[in-house]
Amino acid sequence: MGKGLPVIEFESVSKHYPNGTTAVDDLTLTMPEGGITVLVGTSGCGKTTTLRMINRMVDPSSGRIKLNGKDISATDRAELRRGIGYVIQQAGLFPHRTVLDNIATVPLVLGWGRRKARARAEELLERVGLQPDAAKRYPHQLSGGQQQRVGVARALAADPPVLLMDEPFSAVDPVVRAHLQDELLRLQDELQKTIVFVTHDIDEAVRLGDRIAIFRTGGQLVQCATPAELLARPADAFVADFLGAERGLKLLSLSTLAGVEQGPAPESGRWRLVTSGDGRPQGWRDTTADGDSAGADLVPVRPLSDGDSLLAALNEAVASPSGLIARVDADGKLTGVTSRDAIHDAAGHEHARAAKADGGAAPAKTDAEGVIA
Amino acid sequence: MNSVDWGWIPDHARDLTILALDHMATAGPAVLFGLLIAVPLAVVAHRVRALRGLLLGISSILYTIPSLALFVLLLPITGLTRTTAIVGLTAYTLCVLIRNTVEGLDAVPAHAREASVAMGSSRTRTLLTVELPLALPVIMAGVRVATVMSISLVSVASYIGYGGLGQLFTDGFQRNFTTPVWAGVALTLLLALVADALLVAIQWLCTPWQRGHAARTSAGKAA
Repeated sequence: MGKGLPVIEFESVSKHYPNGTTAVDDLTLTMPEGGITVLVGTSGCGKTTTLRMINRMVDPSSGRIKLNGKDISATDRAELRRGIGYVIQQAGLFPHRTVLDNIATVPLVLGWGRRKARARAEELLERVGLQPDAAKRYPHQLSGGQQQRVGVARALAADPPVLLMDEPFSAVDPVVRAHLQDELLRLQDELQKTIVFVTHDIDEAVRLGDRIAIFRTGGQLVQCATPAELLARPADAFVADFLGAERGLKLLSLSTLAGVEQGPAPESGRWRLVTSGDGRPQGWRDTTADGDSAGADLVPVRPLSDGDSLLAALNEAVASPSGLIARVDADGKLTGVTSRDAIHDAAGHEHARAAKADGGAAPAKTDAEGVIA
Repeated sequence: MNSVDWGWIPDHARDLTILALDHMATAGPAVLFGLLIAVPLAVVAHRVRALRGLLLGISSILYTIPSLALFVLLLPITGLTRTTAIVGLTAYTLCVLIRNTVEGLDAVPAHAREASVAMGSSRTRTLLTVELPLALPVIMAGVRVATVMSISLVSVASYIGYGGLGQLFTDGFQRNFTTPVWAGVALTLLLALVADALLVAIQWLCTPWQRGHAARTSAGKAA
């Protein structure tokens, strides 16, 4: 992912407004095929303007934008837009159309005919995880999260290769947001679209992005890199500040437990790991506690599998009374334990590796060229 | 003198029906033509800020011309015809129809308009498939006011012979006989009520998305 040919290319693009403000300042950036490029920054940094220049909702003052090698200013606006999916803040659904008709919008504009457009819309409804009975409802009858799903389905309806998403999940609560992010990643695994995603939430950017472009107020691109590179080697104090004090921990959320060594559960010491008959970890038993051991209260354990992140492992290790985390296989059966020290070591290695990753690009140029293909 | 001669009404049922139909043959086209003129003008007023004040101003000035004077002024152009009556009433509907249509278009959520344009719809398609449907409830409110107003104003056109039920007022006045006047008032009121109910029904049919909304809102209030 994210290693494809550049699909969208910004060449020295600027956007100045008549009132003297500069929304985007001399931007050179490419977005590779099949990858999610996240544009992130505080409000007024030009990230949304940048996004909206791709489907010509905003025209640049200078510079050139190419889509699949073709200058977009030479393409008819309406035609260009029909080939680009667009998901806007708070879904932007048509309140007077049913969910199904909302999704069928672009196919209908493209002249597919009602029957074919609706069949396609039904297919997408299912694909984004909505029940078929939602089809006949109107947007105001749905929850915020459901509306967002419809927004995504609508953008995907005509199967455009490029998808623009402007803070699509900013208006829903954190739990729903996490769900929607997972769903987007799942969809992206299947569909391999070229996605440009705007957000002001750095955690969302790290979670979703194959590459993250950080913008500064005044429309300047400060750094464009993979999440790991960005977290390990921020270009300057602004980026470091934006990533937050826990950027070291955020980096750990990007790598998994898979390679970290594990050993057998302890047979001695104060804490013993209790497993059920079929080998599932149940909790830690305190052997120094009074009373008969069978009745003693267990300290709960949250077993982790190889797919869990180092951050989750660190969190578990800190919470575990024994300092050990329980490792399980896909079936939830205990495979071994890993110590706090081993996790710390792995975390340290991860940082060291990210910090000196070659990746081809010179570390953190301020005028980030952005291509790491 | 003031008592109603109840026997007169069934005796003249046929005449009353003809007058009522005649009444609607003036009021109906007036609202229809009013809409045909008002909607395009309102779209212009909505899109071109500079023209908004001008268009709303002109329609308001038209509205302030006394009705009798308007018919007199139209006589040299359209003569003693139904056209004169319809043109006059149409002019009066413009004020409320243009204003409501502009307001309806203003109230269309910006994100809906933007989503339509961003998905590659032309401005005309966006107008027809997104903006006008969403403006419909406000436009229909204007149509209802214009319709009731036109139905009540038709009687003024009896001065030129096309007053529909208004003829009954002239007749009653000339003969010093109040029964036709009361019948005319009652029938005008009835026509207005029926027309209004019809428009409410049309709006209900055309705006299915608002039904659930209303139901949900009232359910929410009840809860």
